Amino acid sequence: MIINHPLLGPRDAQEFVYLGDASLMHRPDGMTAGIEVFHDYLYQRENPAGAHRELWYHEQGDRSWLVVTRDTVTHAILAVELARNVARAEGRGR
Amino acid sequence: MRYSGFRVIAEALTGHKGWKPMWRNPEPQPAYDYVIIGGGGHGLATAYYLAKEFGQARIAVLEKGWLGGGNVGRNTTIIRSNYLLDGNEPFYEFSMKLWEGLEQDFNYNAMVSQRGIINLIHTDAQRDAFMRRANAMVLHGADAQMLTRDQVRAVYPFLNFDNARFPIKGAIAQKRGGTVRHDAVAWGYARGADSRGVDLIQNCEVTGMRIEAGRILGVETSRGFIGARKVGVAVAGNSSTVMAMAGMRLPIESHVLQAFVSEGLKPLIDGVMTFGAGHFYVSQSDKGGLVFGGDIDGYNSYASRGNLPVIEDVAEGGMALMPMLGRARLLRAWGGIMDMSMDGSPIIDKTGIEGLYFNGGWCYGGFKATPASGWCFAHLLARDAPHPTATAYRFDRFLKGLMIDEKGQGATPNLH
Repeated sequence: MIINHPLLGPRDAQEFVYLGDASLMHRPDGMTAGIEVFHDYLYQRENPAGAHRELWYHEQGDRSWLVVTRDTVTHAILAVELARNVARAEGRGR
Repeated sequence: MRYSGFRVIAEALTGHKGWKPMWRNPEPQPAYDYVIIGGGGHGLATAYYLAKEFGQARIAVLEKGWLGGGNVGRNTTIIRSNYLLDGNEPFYEFSMKLWEGLEQDFNYNAMVSQRGIINLIHTDAQRDAFMRRANAMVLHGADAQMLTRDQVRAVYPFLNFDNARFPIKGAIAQKRGGTVRHDAVAWGYARGADSRGVDLIQNCEVTGMRIEAGRILGVETSRGFIGARKVGVAVAGNSSTVMAMAGMRLPIESHVLQAFVSEGLKPLIDGVMTFGAGHFYVSQSDKGGLVFGGDIDGYNSYASRGNLPVIEDVAEGGMALMPMLGRARLLRAWGGIMDMSMDGSPIIDKTGIEGLYFNGGWCYGGFKATPASGWCFAHLLARDAPHPTATAYRFDRFLKGLMIDEKGQGATPNLH
């Protein structure tokens, strides 16, 4: 698989480390969220057959986190964004 | 029809005209007591034991493709019960005991071959860990032996014992481990279930679940609605998509695992062997091909095929272990979809919906578990209580902090 890095262009997926579902960016607030909310965040997954937004870390490159939208049935990569930009668009500071 | 040596001779003398199809191909009834979704190893074993051991009737197995067309026909055929943790080892040892009596039990030649498995040791720390595991196995009634370097060399003289980075220092062995003809497991269970009145319905894809007031009433399928008192789901890599029909999310990710077979070679590897420094396991089929595999590709996937980097990684593991492997040609490579759970261990449990039961999260260790998985799931379906060897395989273990994490990797499905 080739991941079209927004800054570096097409890069081999082997340069990246895979973390999983991009919802892992939305960690609940540890001071207010209950144990069930944290359980769902940490353990439960949508795991769709089809388009899947997921986190890839460019460990052997610029060490940026990317949000890659990929079809899990065909492995086709549909979109690549910097996770930083995704977080900022959601109103977060970083 | 009962199979026997006498039967083979009698048929040989009469032109093989007496053989019958191994199972019926029935039309689905409007309703059943038990509907099992998934006609693979685990689903068929569940139906078989429900009928045979738990005396239940009116059972159907719904399969979207053909029987045994999923992971039971795609694995590397290894059986073993060499686990460490209390939640796992009694279950897998129960499975091993069922394997040992399976062929007589369902009157079908599954080519169960207890040719032994050895896991190689490359560091002192690994020896300590395997010694602990061997003790755990023995304490749970399984068999385990520690082999010295010379004992390994006597069996497999061609291994790279003096690899500069990963010298072979010994091994842990389980003599009762081995291989089984995987398709025959599905066929044997299918035949056994069918002969006890189970309807095996192929080309019947479940498209929805009818749930009212927290209770399941049946399933919508490509062949119409089928009512059911209880529904058991055993669909491996498709667990999340099927359970989503009931509005459930699971602690599971689907990943692709590749397996490989070389061209046919003369007898070389008697048993099953695993490389302890990388991830590489190999056995030799009765046709002579080396059957081997390694890690999952590591990203969510429902494509039954993987990518080249893992093929390279597996080949490197093989070459590090037995350099002469480089002269053999790869014949085939294929992929299957694994339901990787958050702690690397399976789930056999009720759900929050009355009458709906789940069996999955087998990661890439489901084949060896087939008999016990079927037995324990049948136990749960028939009696509404977990089998004594499967009490730990609960959904709520993640909430309660009772994970069964053999590798200690935490909630990272692609690392189990």
